[in-house]
This record gives sequence, C-alpha cells and structure tokens, in this order.
Amino acid sequence: MTYIPITPSEREAMLATIGVKKVEDLFAVVPAAYRFPKLDLPPALTEMEAAAELGDLAASNETVRGDLISFLGAGMYNHYIPAVVDHILRRGEFYTAYTPYQPEISQGTLQAIFEYQSLMCALTGMEVSNASHYDGATAAAEAVNLAYAQFRGKRSKVVVSPTVHPQYRAVIRTYTQGMELTLVGDDPQADLEAGPESLAGFVDEDTMLLIVQYPDFFGRIYDYTNLIEAAHAKGALVCVVANPIALALFKTPGEMGADIVVGEGQPLGIPLWYGGPSLGFFTTRKKFVHKMAGRLVGETVDSRGQRAYVLTLTAREQHIKRERATSNICSNQGLLALASAVYLSVVGKQGLRQVAELCYHKAHYAAEQLSKLPGMGLCFSAPFFHEFSLCLNRPVEEVNAHLLEHGILGGYDLGQDYPALKDHLLIAVTEMNTKEEIDALVHVLAEVAHD
Amino acid sequence: MTEFILQDQPKVVEPTIFGLSSPGRVGVSFPDADVPRAELPESLLRADLPLPELAEVDVVRHYMHLSTFNYSVDSGFYPLGSCTMKYNPKIDEDTCRLPGFLYTHPLQPIETVQGNLALMYTLQEWLKEISGFAAVTLQPAAGAHGEFTGVLIMRAYHKSRGDYKRTKMLIPDSAHGTNPASSGMIGLEVVQIPSDARGNVDLEALKAQCDDTVVGLMLTNPNTLGLFDEHVEEVIKIVHECGGLVYGDGANLNALLGIVRPGDLGFDVMHFNLHKTFAVPHGGGGPGSGPVGVAAHLADFLPEPVVGIIEDGDEEIPPLYGFVRPPKTIGRMKAFHGHFGGGLVRAYTYIAMHGAEGLRQVAEHAVLNANYLQARLRGVYPIPYDRICMHEFVAEGRIEGSDVRALDIAKRLMDYDFHPPTNYFPLIVHEALMIEPTETENKNTLDRFADAMIKIAEEARTQPELLREAPHKTPFGRMDEVRAARELVLCCWLPEEKDEA
Repeated sequence: MTYIPITPSEREAMLATIGVKKVEDLFAVVPAAYRFPKLDLPPALTEMEAAAELGDLAASNETVRGDLISFLGAGMYNHYIPAVVDHILRRGEFYTAYTPYQPEISQGTLQAIFEYQSLMCALTGMEVSNASHYDGATAAAEAVNLAYAQFRGKRSKVVVSPTVHPQYRAVIRTYTQGMELTLVGDDPQADLEAGPESLAGFVDEDTMLLIVQYPDFFGRIYDYTNLIEAAHAKGALVCVVANPIALALFKTPGEMGADIVVGEGQPLGIPLWYGGPSLGFFTTRKKFVHKMAGRLVGETVDSRGQRAYVLTLTAREQHIKRERATSNICSNQGLLALASAVYLSVVGKQGLRQVAELCYHKAHYAAEQLSKLPGMGLCFSAPFFHEFSLCLNRPVEEVNAHLLEHGILGGYDLGQDYPALKDHLLIAVTEMNTKEEIDALVHVLAEVAHD
Repeated sequence: MTEFILQDQPKVVEPTIFGLSSPGRVGVSFPDADVPRAELPESLLRADLPLPELAEVDVVRHYMHLSTFNYSVDSGFYPLGSCTMKYNPKIDEDTCRLPGFLYTHPLQPIETVQGNLALMYTLQEWLKEISGFAAVTLQPAAGAHGEFTGVLIMRAYHKSRGDYKRTKMLIPDSAHGTNPASSGMIGLEVVQIPSDARGNVDLEALKAQCDDTVVGLMLTNPNTLGLFDEHVEEVIKIVHECGGLVYGDGANLNALLGIVRPGDLGFDVMHFNLHKTFAVPHGGGGPGSGPVGVAAHLADFLPEPVVGIIEDGDEEIPPLYGFVRPPKTIGRMKAFHGHFGGGLVRAYTYIAMHGAEGLRQVAEHAVLNANYLQARLRGVYPIPYDRICMHEFVAEGRIEGSDVRALDIAKRLMDYDFHPPTNYFPLIVHEALMIEPTETENKNTLDRFADAMIKIAEEARTQPELLREAPHKTPFGRMDEVRAARELVLCCWLPEEKDEA
C-alpha cells in the first residue's frame, strides 16, 4: 500500500491543469531505453502483513532484555531508559520536523538543542557544545578536523592513544586519508600497562592533537591533567573521548584542561538498536567555536522582545562555505540529542550519580568475584569504572560460547585488536545487571576455570 | 527593517530546563545497590554535578510546551525543496521499536542476531534493485556521510590503478553545499561547472574541464532546480571518456523510483537518503541514513563491513548472514553498522509495504504534485527554468511592482499555516523559492497553498509591510540573528547565567 491521498479524478484534473494527457508524459525527458524499469521486489504488504513480517524478524533475535544476560559493552551499553524519554520522542511535533532553519516556527527544537548543548557543557565541564555528530567515532574524527583547521598545515601529527576504542581509531584513519597528516601512538603492540604519561613522549612541536579516552577502552580511569599540561607545553591540543555516565562521578575532562571532549551519547537514554542511530557529542572551549563543525544554537530575542533561539555561526557550515567548510556535516542526530536532553532532565543530578555509582559498585563486585577464580585475574591494576579486562586461561571464543549456552552474553574479545591481550575478556557491568546475574556469570566461569 | 524592542530582560515564554530546576527534586529513582559498595577513588571524583533537578511532570510539561512551538509534517504542509518532507507512516515508528531491534547489541555473535542481519541483507538487495547498482553499504549515517564515503571510494579506485594525477572534482553550480564540502574534506580541488539556459549541465564547459586530472563529477539528477538533465547520458559519457567517475547525489531519488535507475544511466556511485526517499522522519535535523550504492568496478572499495551470506541455506534452513570485509575497503565510516534501528528498519518497512508498483506511484505523484503547483503559480511568480519539472521546482520570490523579497514571502506563508519552501537555494536563482510538495499531499492542500501564494503576491503590491513584518500569527516573530552571533550565548548552565525564571 502507499500513503498517496490523490484520487483518480483529482489526478485527471491536475493533469489537465498541467496540460498533459497522462502521468507518463511527465517523464518524456528520461532516456527511453531505461524508462520505467520493472523492479524485482516482493509483492507489496499491507500494514498488518508488514507488522507481522517485521515482528518475525525482530523476534528471531536474542535480546539483552529477556533472552540473554549481557556483559557486553565496548562502546555501547545496556542502560535503563525512563519511560518518559520515548513518550517525548514520539511527539510528531519533534520527530517529523526538519532542521530548524525557520526559527519562528521551530522554537521547540531550537530550545531543546540549546538545552542539550547546556547539559553537555555541564557534564563535560566545557564551554561550548555543538548540536551533535553521528556517533562517538565520527565526533572523534571531527576533533581531528578542528585541529587540522586550527593549525592550517603548520603541524602534521596526531597522537592517538592505543587505548582509544579500536573502531574509533579506524574511523579517524578513514576520515584523514586525504589529509596531510600522520597518525602516531596507536600501536596495539604498545605497553598497555604504561600510564598515560607514556604518551607524552609522542607529543612534540609538530603535534596538532593528542587523543585519549576516559575511561579508556579497558575501562580504566586516569587523571590526564599532567599529560594535558605536557601536551599544551608543546602547543598541541588535547581531545578526550569520554563516557558520559562516568562523568557523573569522575573529574571532568574540562577540569583536566582538555580542549575538546567528544564521546558516544548512547548511554544517555538511547537504546542499543544494534549500534545505531546514537549520538556523538562534541564540546570545546569558546575560543575554538569558529573552527567547530556542526550546527550550533545561540540565544537571541525576536521582534516582539521574547527570548528565543536561532542557529548561529552558520558561516562555518557547508551550505554557506561549501568546499572551505570545516566539515561536510548536514543532518546530525537531532532527535537523539533530544532523547539525551530528556534523559538528563528527568534523571537529573541525583539520578545520574546513582546510575554511575550502581555501575561502579556492580562492576567492582563482579571484578572481585571473578578475580578469585583459579586461572583468572584482572589484567590491569588502575582504577576502573564499569568495565574491566579479565585474563582467562583459555581462548575467549571458547569461554563466550560456553557462556552463551547458559544464556549469558560474555564480554568483548580483546585479542581481536590487541595481540598482547589474547585470552582477555572485556566485561561491562551496568545498573541493569542484578547481583544474581553477576553471580550466574561467576558460577559459569567457575565451571570453565575448573574444566 | 524590523525593529527590535530593546529591553534589558527579554520575555521568557518557556524557561530553560535549568531555570525550572529546584534543589532536591527527583524525576526518577533507581534501586539501591544489591552488592557491597566499593570504595571510590577520592582523588578522581568530581566536586559537583551541575545538572537540573525536576520531577517527571515538570519534564513532561516542559517538552510538551516546547513541542507546541514547532511546525512539523504531522501538523501541516511542509514543501521544503530538496528535503522531501513526506508523511512518515506511523507503522514505521512501531516496527523500529520492536524489542528484538531495540535491545540487541552491535557486537553480539551473529548467530544471535540473524533477524537484524537478514533485514540488512535484504535491504541491501532491495536498494541495489531500485537503483541499478551492483553493491550497497548501509553504514553511512546521513547523506553527507554517504557523499564522503563515495568520494573516498572514487579516490581509492583511481589510486588502486596507479593513477595519482587525479585531484579535481567537477561540481555543477546548482549542487548542494555538501558536495563541495565532502570533496574538500579529502583535499580535492573543486571546479564549478555552470548550468546552461535550460538548467542542464553546460556540456561545453564540462568538456573544457575534462582531462586526466579529473577524479569525477558529482551530479544531482534531477538537479536542485527540480530538472532532469536533458543530456544526462552525454554528461556521463564525457566524464567517463576522460577516465573520471560519476557520483550521483541521491537526495532527489524520490522522483526516480521505478522511473529510471541511476545505475542503468551509467552513474558509478550514489548515496541514498533513507530519511527523504524512504520516509524515515527527519527528527528535527537527524538522524538520517545514507547508504551508498556502487557499480561492480567499485564494489571492492566499499566501507567495511557489509552484510553477506556466510553459509548458504536450503529449503529448510535459512542462510547464515554475517559481516564481510570488501577486499580493498576504504575502511570504516563510523562505529558499528549504520543507523540500523532508526533508519534501516523504517526504510525496510516502507519498501516492503510499497513494492515495485507502489514505489513507482510515489515518484509519479511526487512529480504530478510538483508540476501541478508549478502550473498554478506560473504567471504569478517568475519561473526561470520553465519546463516540465520532476519532484520540485524553483520560482523567484519577486513580485512585479513590489520590493518584497523571497524571505518576506516565506515568512508570510507561516501566517497562512504553511511551512515555507527552501529559500535562497539553489544559488543560481535570485530570490529562489524551491518548492517540493511530495506525493503525500492531496489536491486540496496544494490548492490552498497555491491560493495563499497568489494572495501573498497580491499583498506584496498592496500591503508590502504585511510581508516585511511577517510572521504575525506564529508564537515568535523574526529573530535578531546578528545579536545571536555577536553575543554567542550558547549555553545556560553557568551559575551566573542560571537564574532567569
């Protein structure tokens, strides 16, 4: 079925007004050899049939709510989303609107983005936020764009910590393949036990940007203040890739002196959705605002003296600056920025801290229980947030398969990206994991350990 | 000029979420920890978390109130050219929120997410069939992201053949701004190609630029004038003869569904905008979804991963779907697998419900509606490239005997409860009003819109101030954009700026 509301008689009247006999006449300009191809698609479904077909596809997945107990994180996390978030998101006034180019009739979207920007600044300890990027990885790549624009070819090196998410590092590599710069530091063979100061050695007078992750890919929390100071001493900028839930508890990258803070916003009220769409947040210092990519909402007044909001500094963007724009980004993640704003508003100061603490305590309980098992142990000694690396006495693949037989989605196999971490499992624990679930994980892994 | 009322304190119509906060209020609580509390590392903790504190009812009323300030497709006609603001079927909102889709993790073993992978594989196949391309990636997050993917593929193709001279991207003057910006991001030199008097690519100008330094041409067809290029095959042939590739900007694909396949015309690569053509809602600016289709010679360069069949099935057992890495891949465009839930599930639902015949009807009625509006407005507003259009057309916002501008006409349309068309784009038309009605509007709506445009043309002659000061009936008037850029108030959480309510 279609959603076309035009009746045959209306169509005839319209064709007459246009001055053609039939609809096909409107397409005379299309090369005849290729006009009106016969598309080989399945027969059209009614809504009832489509609902059933999609229902079957969805039902054939095993979910982390109901089917499987999940300890899988590695960049996307299973958090609770309060009911109110989706109720707001389902308002047609929000989700069927376009980019707010006409501010007089888009103040709902504009004020919501302004509040999102404010909430992200508050969370990261920074001064300016844009209206979002596609995801954490592309936001990190856009940080390189900012630094590249800032130094205009005068510096050519970007230092990336090997403990930044492997997929983020891959995306940065894709994004920068046409740029005159080299990426250094992200050697997966590097000493992963070494603290952040070991990266300072890579930063020199030719370095435009240093990128670190907080907590890092292994869940570890470091105070980057000294590293950032060392990078600044060489004139380089520093970008911190942060987990927004961790920021409810831990010192902000802003406090540590970061120039740019980016990250994956999915933990803030966005479902896993098999990896997307989610949200890349991007905050920085006011002095870099003209180099920042993406949309930006600013406060102003309207002709009636009412406080209002508009898209501002649009001269940075592709529709004005074309090939000289800081980025080509146009569509962003508007609706998910709204989701995060609603999430942060309703969870609030106390709730977000509570979520972060629950993640912390449950992860530490799991780590403590698991490290008691024979042949297993925590890989690193640094403080961690809600994810940790567990050393196994056999291949991760084998262990995960065994866990899956018991309805448990094990962690991420670190050996895929880090040869030195063969037989290491990255385990994530959130507020969604009950003590019974953690105990079940420990129980099944104990069987493996004793096998 | 609109006069702005100078006041120390602007009137606040709805306080910000920070302004509504009251210390100690709680919106949602979480259970107490069921495990022993671990010690927190004191030296690493933050001192304060300056987030607002509200009850759930405060949050709901705040966002409900804000929603009433928005115009949307659900509230009325939204003929925003180049944006394809068609109606977004409600069933898509339900299918994309099925628990099996919502609660699956992108790194789950493939055996546990065969439903997701089957959906992605099938959608790849459908998009190939609709567009005439040999392979499709679903990874790009939006149209511009798809363009960036496409130009990276074009560059990688030339390099793989040892052809390092090619640094020039040809882009018609009517192109979307994202085309040159995407090329600029990988350091290509952008060369603008003018349009001819009928709105086609100027063939002589194109030939003059075609040499062995050309990466390719980025062509939007139908273009942003809403016109199908009358020499499209010739244009493609000229670029191919100099060794260049032709990129298709799929923003305007709504006009071509079941009408012609860009792959058949000879395009080498094209992005789809699932959020335009396949009714994925625009979400107030995103998320979009920008899959890319390529001809066979570019399939090896697609970003990783694409979905493939790992083990063939038979009559009883379905195939095993999984991820495949194209051998010469340009790399990864984003983390994980694309905009699965919000983009791919909705587009799948839409295509499944339309089928081949339904998709052709979509294009036919989108083009019918645009030509009908063009016919009704002909003679009232100048139409600089006046011929049968595709899904949209461009008029000039100029009225004989009046000095009102396209902007004034756009703002006045709001008083008639319509969203204005895109204005001041494409750049090659002065005072452009770019009108795209889409296929989901009925004749009455189109007539009401045309009547309003005709009435406004009359008002422009008799009461021009009515237009210059419009809109009058909206909750907000025209904005002081200069003040926004000058004062740069971008954030309201700083304690000194916080008390406003």
